[in-house]
Formats: sequence, structure tokens, C-alpha cells
Amino acid sequence: MNAEFDRLDRAWYIDRIAKGLIFLCGISAIIFILSIFVFIFAQAFGFITEDLDVGEFLTDPTWRPTSESNPVYGTLALIAGTASVTGLAMLISVPISLGAAIYISEFATGRTKEVLKVVIEMLAAIPSVVWGFIGLTIMNPLIIQIFDVPMGLNVLNAGIILGLMAAPIMTTIAEDALKAVPDSYREAAEAMGATRWQIIRRVVLPSARNGLTAAVLLGVGRGFGETMAVLMASGHSVNLPTSPFDSVRALTATIAAELGETAHGSPHFGALFTIGVMLLLITFAINLTADLIIRGGWKQRGHN
Amino acid sequence: MKTIHQILPLALLGAALVSCGRPQGASGRDVIQNKGSDTLVNVAQAWAETYSKAHPETMIAVSGGGSGTGVSAMINGTVDIANSSRKMKDSEFEAARANGIEPVEHVVGFDALAVYVHQDNPVTSLTLDQLARIYGENGDITRWSQLGVEMSGKADPIIRVSRQNNSGTYVYFKQAVLGKKGEYKLGSLDMHGSKDVVDLVEKTTGAIGYSGLAYATEHIKMVPIVGSSGRAVTPSVDSAVDGSYPIARPLFMYTAGAPAGKVKEYLDWILGETGQGILRAKGYAPVSTATL
Repeated sequence: MNAEFDRLDRAWYIDRIAKGLIFLCGISAIIFILSIFVFIFAQAFGFITEDLDVGEFLTDPTWRPTSESNPVYGTLALIAGTASVTGLAMLISVPISLGAAIYISEFATGRTKEVLKVVIEMLAAIPSVVWGFIGLTIMNPLIIQIFDVPMGLNVLNAGIILGLMAAPIMTTIAEDALKAVPDSYREAAEAMGATRWQIIRRVVLPSARNGLTAAVLLGVGRGFGETMAVLMASGHSVNLPTSPFDSVRALTATIAAELGETAHGSPHFGALFTIGVMLLLITFAINLTADLIIRGGWKQRGHN
Repeated sequence: MKTIHQILPLALLGAALVSCGRPQGASGRDVIQNKGSDTLVNVAQAWAETYSKAHPETMIAVSGGGSGTGVSAMINGTVDIANSSRKMKDSEFEAARANGIEPVEHVVGFDALAVYVHQDNPVTSLTLDQLARIYGENGDITRWSQLGVEMSGKADPIIRVSRQNNSGTYVYFKQAVLGKKGEYKLGSLDMHGSKDVVDLVEKTTGAIGYSGLAYATEHIKMVPIVGSSGRAVTPSVDSAVDGSYPIARPLFMYTAGAPAGKVKEYLDWILGETGQGILRAKGYAPVSTATL
């Protein structure tokens, strides 16, 4: 009788194959991320072991990789460029997206809520090269006019563009975090006679703190990784910025602009991949932190 | 049940397709891969179009991206002809030889590298030394007023527009203006194409930039340059040909090994009357005026 169930017919094979394929799809993300890690580290390895001077790489503001006589691979100006643009973007997008998330989650109802959510998702779908184009053709003359500065491709321009790009994803995640706060909390507070604003400030926001922090961190990660829009709007200039009107150059933009023209295996090529390693580690750390915070929040709530 | 008889023909077909993709022999090659210099890309496209019309059996795929891109592609063995607005470096020749490729150099034309400023900029001429003090490391000129040029207040700081550091134009301008040992002052806006430089300078009052003569538009000003002759010379095809304009450079095409077959025919045509005529019409100086 048992043999009946163990028969190796066609259906059994198909079942096995399907199982295997679906398993492969399931773990494909892990395979991809590991392959990417291995690939990028392998490309950077020769440079890291032979040419890299860690002190110079991290603290020298001189990025001059193609000099014949004295190539210098300092990324400080590029790090400062990425950090200043991302920082300004966060200053702009955190208040906007938190405000938007609070409005959608706590105030908007019915149709307004649905329309807003769809529109915000559409905003997230605009390709980054379009944002870059807006920076180049609309923001540039606007900044020149409004602030009476000679040049509109700078930290301010790239920061605004990047802030607008990061806002939708932050709003969506923050709204999820607010939605996850149980209604019983709000009802309890309301029963105590708290006003709407008191409920949001004293009850909802503190309860959703972890999710909101994660939303901001993912926004920061988006900022660090963004390439095309920053390349087009920042001015692409190796420079330690001292004001929002200085042009800067981002880490990602440097890779994008130079990698295609670099001979494989040259120190310059290795240096660009070492920047890639650095970016990968930074974004990995940011995403991991965000993830741990979200998980920590769940655990906490579970124990309550 | 699939058998080897069913699979084998497919495998053979696959192998045949793969070997067609990059034919190595001189005969039977019908696609010429041509890549590189942004300065040359317009004229390279015009050459390819005209040539393909007369020789429908030859397809020429042209792409730009910069001299560095072309040279890298030559080293990596993915192009038949690399366009470059600078000479290949010794290190690049070595890298190519390490991959079994012996690049051969051909001069296909000359280009005057014009210095562009905004059309409202009253500057009348610049010397090579002044350019070096604007663009070079430790250069002391940062404001138009230092050159005696009256600009409105906010446009007084000179906004240096340069190119990405692997561009042939970048390398040539460095050699011609800053000297062999010279380096650029950091903090310039590094554009990713000849046309981008012109576009930006056109829109920015205090800007200065360098780019091929062929990219000039009506909305931008070209500054006459004073070289060793002591005379200000406006960049033009003629002043590039007679050598009076100080920042003119040869434009190169590199082939993998001595050109043969279709590639040789194409290069001969480029250096002939028709090819050089197209070059001149695009705003570059031909190799030899005798052929025209």
C-alpha cells in the first residue's frame, strides 16, 4: 500500500522540480547580494592591498586619479559632498514626510486618503534622471534668480531634489508605522480627554518611534545611493563645501562619471570600486540598523 | 525524450552565432565597431552614415563616451577603431599588448580647442599664462576683475568649467595650457561631454570653459588666445590648419594592429577627399589641405 504513495511518476518529478525552482527564486536575493559583495570586493582587492593608503583615501580632499606624475586618491571631498547633499535633503524631507504621514494616517479619511496615497506612490515612481533634469533646467536658473548667486548647480539644488525624491518612501514607511499603533491607544487617550494634537504628540508618535526612525534611516540610505539626479544637480565639482551654494561631487556620481572610461585593472579602476565597497558598507549598515530598529520595536510591543 | 540528436544541432547553431558575433579575420567582417572621443563623435557618425550609403555591405556602429572610453575598449578588445582626442599613454599601450592587441595610431584631423565664456562677458583676449593661472593648481586668478574684466558683482568669481578626468579634451588642455607637470585646480565643474560644457557656459554669466571649436553656438563667445607669437588668435579651422592658434590638437583613430580589409578601406576613405571634406564641414581642420 505504501508503494502507492511513493510512486515516482511524472507528477512526482514535476512536484520536485517546481519545489526546487521556487526554492531557488526564494533564496535568489541572498545569492545576488553575496555575488555582488564578492564581485565588488574582488575588483577592489588589488587596489586595497597594493595602492591604498587608508589615511589618504579617507582624509585627503584631493581626488586626482588620472594624474600621470602623482595620482592622488583622496575621497574626503566626495564624502563631504555626499554627506552635505544627503544632510540637506533630510532637513527638507523629514518634516515634510512626517507631516504628510501624520496627516494621511490620523486626519485624512476616505477618498482623500486613498488619492493621497496613490499620488505619493506616483511621486516615488519618477525616474531619477527626470529629477536631475528638473534640477538642471528649472532649479538652476531659479536658484540663481532667487538667491542672486552666480551658479545654481550646488548643494542646495541637489539637496532639494534629493529631498523630494526621498520624501515619498519616507512618507509611506512612516505612515505604515503610524498605522501600526493600535487604535485602542488613541481611544484610551481620547477617553482621558486628550485633544487630537495631544494624542498624536504624546501617544501615537512615541509608540511609532522605532518605525519612524527606520523611515528616516531608509531615506538617508536612499540619499547616499542616489546617483543620476545628484550628478546632474550638484555641479559635479571636487570641493569641500562651506555653504549651500557651493558645488560638490558625490561618491556615487564619481563612480558613474569615471568608471566607463577607466581601463580594467588600473589603480583608478580599483579606487572607484573601493568607493563602491565603501558605499555598499555604508548603505548596508544604514539598512541593517533600520531593520534592527523595526524588529526591536515589534519585540517591545510583543512584550507589552 | 530529448536525445543528443535533437540537442546537437542547437548547440552547433549556438556556437555558430557566437562566432559570428565577433569575427576576428579581416575578411567577412561586416560590422566595424567604432567608439570613443566625444570631440570626434559627431564627425565619426557623419563618416559612418555617408560611408554606409556608398558601401551598404559595411555597417559601422559609432558611439561616444570620451577618449578614455574608446581607449579602454581598445585595450579590452571590444572595438575595431577607437577614436581619441589625445595620444594613447605608454601605460595604455602596455595594457593593450598584455591583452595581445597592438594599437596603431592614425591622425585623422585637427581640432582647435576653443575657450568659451558667456556672451555678455566683455573679455577681449586671454594669454596661455592667464589660462594657466585660472585653471592650474596654485593659480592665483579667481575673479574676472583680476584680469581687468568688468562683470556685475555676482558674476565676478570665475566659475571654471572643465571635463571629467579621463576625457581626451581634459588631458590635452592640461598639457597645452598647464604644461607637462601641471595639474588642474580642484573645484571646477566637471562636465561629462563637450556639449555639456558649452551648454553650461552659455547659461552661466561668470563661467569659463573649454571645448572643441565644432561645439560653438550663436549664444556663446569664443575668446581669442595669445600664444607664443604674442598675437591674439581667434580659434577657427584656418587658424588651426596654419598653426597660429595655440590650442589645436591632432585627432586620432587607433586600430587593433595594422588596418586590413574593411577597416583599411574605411580609414583610407576617411583620409581621402570625401572623408576630409565631411570633417571640415563639421568644423574641424583636415589632415592635409593638399587633398582638398
